[in-house]
Amino acid sequence: MLEFLIRALLGGLGVAAVAGPLGAFVVWRRMAYFGDTLAHSALLGVALGFLFNINLNLAIVVLCVGLAAVLVTLQKKHIIATDTLLGILAHSSLSLGLVAVSFLDNIRIDLMAYLFGDLLAVSQTDLYWIYGGGLAVLALLVAFWKPLLAVTVNEELAKVEGYPVEAIRLLMMLLVALVIAVAMKIVGVLLITSLMIIPAATARKLSSTPIQMAAISSVIGCLAVCGGVWASYHWDTPTGPSVVVCAALLFLIAYTSPLKRRIA
Amino acid sequence: MSQRLVTFDKIGIEFGGRALLNNIDMTINEGEIVTLIGPNGSGKSTLIRTLLGLQMATTGEIIRNQSLRIGYMPQKLHIDPTLPLTVKHFLALVRGVDKKQIVPTLEKVGIAHLIHSQVHVLSGGETQRVLLARALLNKPNLLVLDEPVQGVDVNGQVELYNLIEGIRNELNCGVLMVSHDLHLVMAKTDTVVCINQHVCCSGSPQHVTGHPAYQALFGIPGADESIAIYAHQHDHVHDEHGSILSEDGDAHTHCTHH
Repeated sequence: MLEFLIRALLGGLGVAAVAGPLGAFVVWRRMAYFGDTLAHSALLGVALGFLFNINLNLAIVVLCVGLAAVLVTLQKKHIIATDTLLGILAHSSLSLGLVAVSFLDNIRIDLMAYLFGDLLAVSQTDLYWIYGGGLAVLALLVAFWKPLLAVTVNEELAKVEGYPVEAIRLLMMLLVALVIAVAMKIVGVLLITSLMIIPAATARKLSSTPIQMAAISSVIGCLAVCGGVWASYHWDTPTGPSVVVCAALLFLIAYTSPLKRRIA
Repeated sequence: MSQRLVTFDKIGIEFGGRALLNNIDMTINEGEIVTLIGPNGSGKSTLIRTLLGLQMATTGEIIRNQSLRIGYMPQKLHIDPTLPLTVKHFLALVRGVDKKQIVPTLEKVGIAHLIHSQVHVLSGGETQRVLLARALLNKPNLLVLDEPVQGVDVNGQVELYNLIEGIRNELNCGVLMVSHDLHLVMAKTDTVVCINQHVCCSGSPQHVTGHPAYQALFGIPGADESIAIYAHQHDHVHDEHGSILSEDGDAHTHCTHH
């Protein structure tokens, strides 16, 4: 009993630790809906992974990056408003994923686990993926922190100063795709973005520099995971949603407490 | 002998089949302050964006000196309020910045006390100075300033213009400035270029503001020498500028319309 709980905790903490800093960028760049769209398409990645018998995480990353590329191309053509475009892609890719999964007769997939996550079923291999992928994301974030931030703050200034803006934007999408692939097992495709956004939004209240905000959102995400796993164990609630509820509670506490927003 | 930093050679820009700019010729030399003026939508910002490499010219070319290094000051700075950022951290984002230069640069633009302030709480004039500091930290030999006095009151504008001129004198860099305000153009601007899709007229401000009646117009105490009124008259009509005196006798050449 204890072993699976510890694995669940380790997995959740690993995901929350990377989702936090990346979530800060998602919030700063107003990419929340974009992240959602990528996450929804992850289910299609799972179906394709089973279909072609390739590693699921890999299939998800490839699909997410592909979709991100499609999105950016369509966005540049200004055919329809970006939010409409995101809405279309998010829901059609989710539906396409559900349809594709239904074709997999010989394989039984626990659909609920992919939609909402199943933290308690985290295996040893999953942990390797979470920590391998997580460390890769963190390493990239640290290595490219300054260009990532410069492009986020003001793309034109960054470009004039010689930053490779397009490449940095692509890197950002790759990082989001990686985190989605890694976090899917924990909170599921429908809830992944919340694990990025809610802790980051909570951390905003408590920070006055970008690095602080990134670090604090990591910590808050980890607290939410601990609380969620604990609640799930005690009351037998679904783990993924419990983690998200816990994060939302922390957000509420931070914004209703008399703490002054540190902005001056 | 000051060298030529940038030459615009017959630059034309089309956007969606509509010509925004036509046949623009212009040069900027080391140590020279060039002020680009023109009404809204005249293509000033487009021209600047072309120089910065943010936009491609449809025709013509921009010849850049090999030594050219641009410090760019955008019109506005919008930073998402969810991004906590102090002035110091903002300036540290300059590519390859020497962090030891941050404090001296802030002192140079007169806002050293704001180093730990959040960028969101700065006033209009303070924001412009932060942006100027960021442009300077890029170690430019050409400063490109897009409406540097936007959102700043008249006294603040005079101060900012003086500051820019001081920086030019110190660094001997070229300055390309955009303004849609026809009233306040620095007295010490070397060259004024007026564009409205094409170059309407250009020359020294003394040349184009020659008429004493116009110089009597402005009345800022203690600022007499630092600003001049640029009287802007054409033989063709640009709307929105009815406030400019329409008396006869301006000295500069006009373009002709067909």
